[in-house]
Amino acid sequence: MIQQSSTSAAAAGGVAAPPPTGTVRLTINGQQHTLQIAPWTTLLDALREYVHLTGTKKGCDHGQCGACTVLVNGKRINSCLSLAVMHEDHDITTIEGLGSQENLHPLQQAFIDHDAFQCGYCTPGQICSAQGLLNEGRAHTEEEIKEHMSGNLCRCGAYAGILNAVKEVVDSQLRMKN
Amino acid sequence: MSTTNYIGKPTSRVDGPAKVTGAATYAAEFQVPNLAYGWVVSSAIAKGRITKVHSEEVLAIPGVLEVFSHENVPSLAWFDRNYKDDVAPGGSPFRPLHEDKIQFNQQPIALVVAETLELARYASSVLRIDYEEEKHETDIEAKRDEGFEPGNGKSGWMPPPPPRGNPDKAWEEAEHRLEHEYVHGAQHHNPMEMFGATVEWRGDKKLTVYDKTQGVVNVQNYLTKIFGLSKDDCRVINHYMGGGFGSGLRPQYSVFLAVLASLELKRSVRVTLTRQQMFSFGHRPHTLQYVKLGTNPDGTLAALQHHALHETSQFEEYTENVVNWSGMLYQCENVKLGYQLAKLDVFTPQDMRAPGAATGSFALEVAMDEMAAAAGIDPIDFRIRNYAEEDQNAGKPFSSKRLRDCYHQGAAKFGWDQRNPQPRSMRKGNRLVGYGMAGGVWDATQKKAAAKATLTADGQLLVSSATADIGTGTYTIMTQIAAETLGLPLEAVTFKLGDTDMPEAPVQGGSWTAASVGSAVKSVCEAIGEKLLKLAQKMEGSPLKGASPDEVEFVNGQIRLRQDPDNAVVIRDVLQASGETKLETDSSATPNMLKQGTHSMHSHNAVFVEVEVDEEFGTVHVTRVLNAVAAGRILNPKTARSQVLGSIVWGISMALMEETIMDHQFGRYMNHNYSEYHIPVQADIHDIEVLFVEEEDDVVNPLGVKGVGEIGLLGVAAAITNAVYHATGKRVRDLPIYLDKLL
Repeated sequence: MIQQSSTSAAAAGGVAAPPPTGTVRLTINGQQHTLQIAPWTTLLDALREYVHLTGTKKGCDHGQCGACTVLVNGKRINSCLSLAVMHEDHDITTIEGLGSQENLHPLQQAFIDHDAFQCGYCTPGQICSAQGLLNEGRAHTEEEIKEHMSGNLCRCGAYAGILNAVKEVVDSQLRMKN
Repeated sequence: MSTTNYIGKPTSRVDGPAKVTGAATYAAEFQVPNLAYGWVVSSAIAKGRITKVHSEEVLAIPGVLEVFSHENVPSLAWFDRNYKDDVAPGGSPFRPLHEDKIQFNQQPIALVVAETLELARYASSVLRIDYEEEKHETDIEAKRDEGFEPGNGKSGWMPPPPPRGNPDKAWEEAEHRLEHEYVHGAQHHNPMEMFGATVEWRGDKKLTVYDKTQGVVNVQNYLTKIFGLSKDDCRVINHYMGGGFGSGLRPQYSVFLAVLASLELKRSVRVTLTRQQMFSFGHRPHTLQYVKLGTNPDGTLAALQHHALHETSQFEEYTENVVNWSGMLYQCENVKLGYQLAKLDVFTPQDMRAPGAATGSFALEVAMDEMAAAAGIDPIDFRIRNYAEEDQNAGKPFSSKRLRDCYHQGAAKFGWDQRNPQPRSMRKGNRLVGYGMAGGVWDATQKKAAAKATLTADGQLLVSSATADIGTGTYTIMTQIAAETLGLPLEAVTFKLGDTDMPEAPVQGGSWTAASVGSAVKSVCEAIGEKLLKLAQKMEGSPLKGASPDEVEFVNGQIRLRQDPDNAVVIRDVLQASGETKLETDSSATPNMLKQGTHSMHSHNAVFVEVEVDEEFGTVHVTRVLNAVAAGRILNPKTARSQVLGSIVWGISMALMEETIMDHQFGRYMNHNYSEYHIPVQADIHDIEVLFVEEEDDVVNPLGVKGVGEIGLLGVAAAITNAVYHATGKRVRDLPIYLDKLL
């Protein structure tokens, strides 16, 4: 919550003063972060500009491309359409929290194996979205995966690789369940 | 048996782990101390002048540092030539914040700099600007009769060749004739990463510029000329680029503004554009094309005429090769090609993936399909009857051309023989099924490029070049080339790029990076190899004594005699025995003009498409695409395939979805966001596949590669259009094929 107000005064010339900053505590990838931000700071900007977790990408800032997808309490959301201050009691997971270069998450490994990206800019969002899809447990077939991965744009057009990568991990999870 | 032969083997991206974990850092993500944020204010009008920028109102907001506009920008370089980047077209380049004049809608007219991103955004949103509007013209239809032939285009642009034969008479006398207009609107590159730059102020006018660009050297040249900086004080870096497609060939105003603010405020500044502002610069131009074809009774082309008119800005003459391809893709003795521009109140168009060819191949290849249907000939057969054995534009033989194999192998794999030639004859339930095909041609170009290599005593090789990897796979293929050339394991090789401190390389474009930088990497590794051999021969009891470089090979971490592989020296031992800590050398590769000058060098493709069209709704589903590509040697079938798959997605987009729509009343693009500028999503893409036709070519460059970034896009939109005709009997000649055009 916003707990203290900053010293910003109303600006001259009829321009409204910007909102004051306050302390916001976020739990990101299991770590506590205390930020001094205004209520208008999006979760995406908080991650990128204040916590310096730049794996989460900004592709449109309007919830149209999915590049900023992160997991909040296991659910995938567009972090550009959500304010950081709304997530004080939540578990936020970003691409950095899924795996590391030395210890890749199965989705990350599958994306490399299937060459499911080119420029790599939509990739963290695609992978977080795929993890959200796995958590939802509703996509089993290729058609279902395609439908439920359609909120993440890829301008390089790596969709065939993305589908194969996600399918591989979905299939292996289904096998483990049975 | 060699384990270090990597060229031609499917290899996972070496930068993959960095990209899938978020560790890959893009231009607007570098953390530098004391960073301020700039936000660009865009013009709300298309033409006129700014009468007042009410900066004082936003400067009163605590945390707002400065408002830069034409009212307070310091005096910069005066001459046009200082603003001309390495790939600029003819004319006077746009100078951000230079004057009160507005030349296009969304022109950057101010930069608000503040302590935080949010403050800069807010302040820019309330910054009042007064304008004096003038009447604008943004509709090319109004300029149909005002086309002019460009005087001086950008480098690489060729005016159409002069007419050959008697194209008018031959067309009049032809057995079958057609003449039609083909149209597509403006398209914007829209890479996922928005343009942005982080400028690190290192004190005393020394800058490190992290910029989104396809060419760090081009950006450095541009900035140093305008701001009077020395190259040592203006280092430009781009390690990763979130997509380019041509949009990053020229320096964007974001980097200009970030550098301007940094120099004035004497601190680090970051400027990132918004998605809306990604529609404020270069684009594939809205183009009107006119094609006339005539055939002889035997199905050979009697006459071919192709004319194009496209938009450019008021201040630059943007050119691309739209019609030239039509004079070389098919054999025809009577050819006339025309190319004109029309000036509109828009920003200068810019190269966008297969510039000109994507446009021209759409018109020509749909016209070819129409003619095949009119003459009652199968579209593949029709193309083979008119197969060009040499480049008639240049009067030169092709260095290699396996297009015929693209037709045959592609048709066989696709199942073209299942096609009933009659339109509207195939269906699945309530969906009409159509097969269509088309193809294209693209340049195989090599540019001068340089690279540096350092081999250290621990057997690790570092190779670098100031080139780029915009998602194409440069990191990976250069690592493969270096490892194979010196016989080292892939893991022992690191390739670095995107830094002006490295040896110079051209912008990444034109599908020339593999050929150009690849040749430089090969050359520099060969130079290291020669040094290694000399050191190896000095070793006590060396089995390589007296061997010339041609007589040895570098394989499996060893230097060995070709004729007697058991006589070998371990590479790591060579350096250790010599007492040297490292071997280092620079080298550049230049095109062999003696060889290349006598040939026409091109890649080719043939695309086969199946569509299903809902008979009642007119919705088009591209259910299958096979893209058969002959592009010389394929260095990495895994990453090369991805490039062509991406091109197929681009072709589907061009055919069915993509168009930037101008509201001429305001002279403003209406759909300037990802929601209304439609590109395919996962659910739009079905069965797409690539077939690389084997092609050897020892003329194009030492590696025999032609590049695959662009060829795959050619013919895709035409093949879809032709398949839609086959499915429905309706011929669409203006893209995209919205469903209302089929109802």
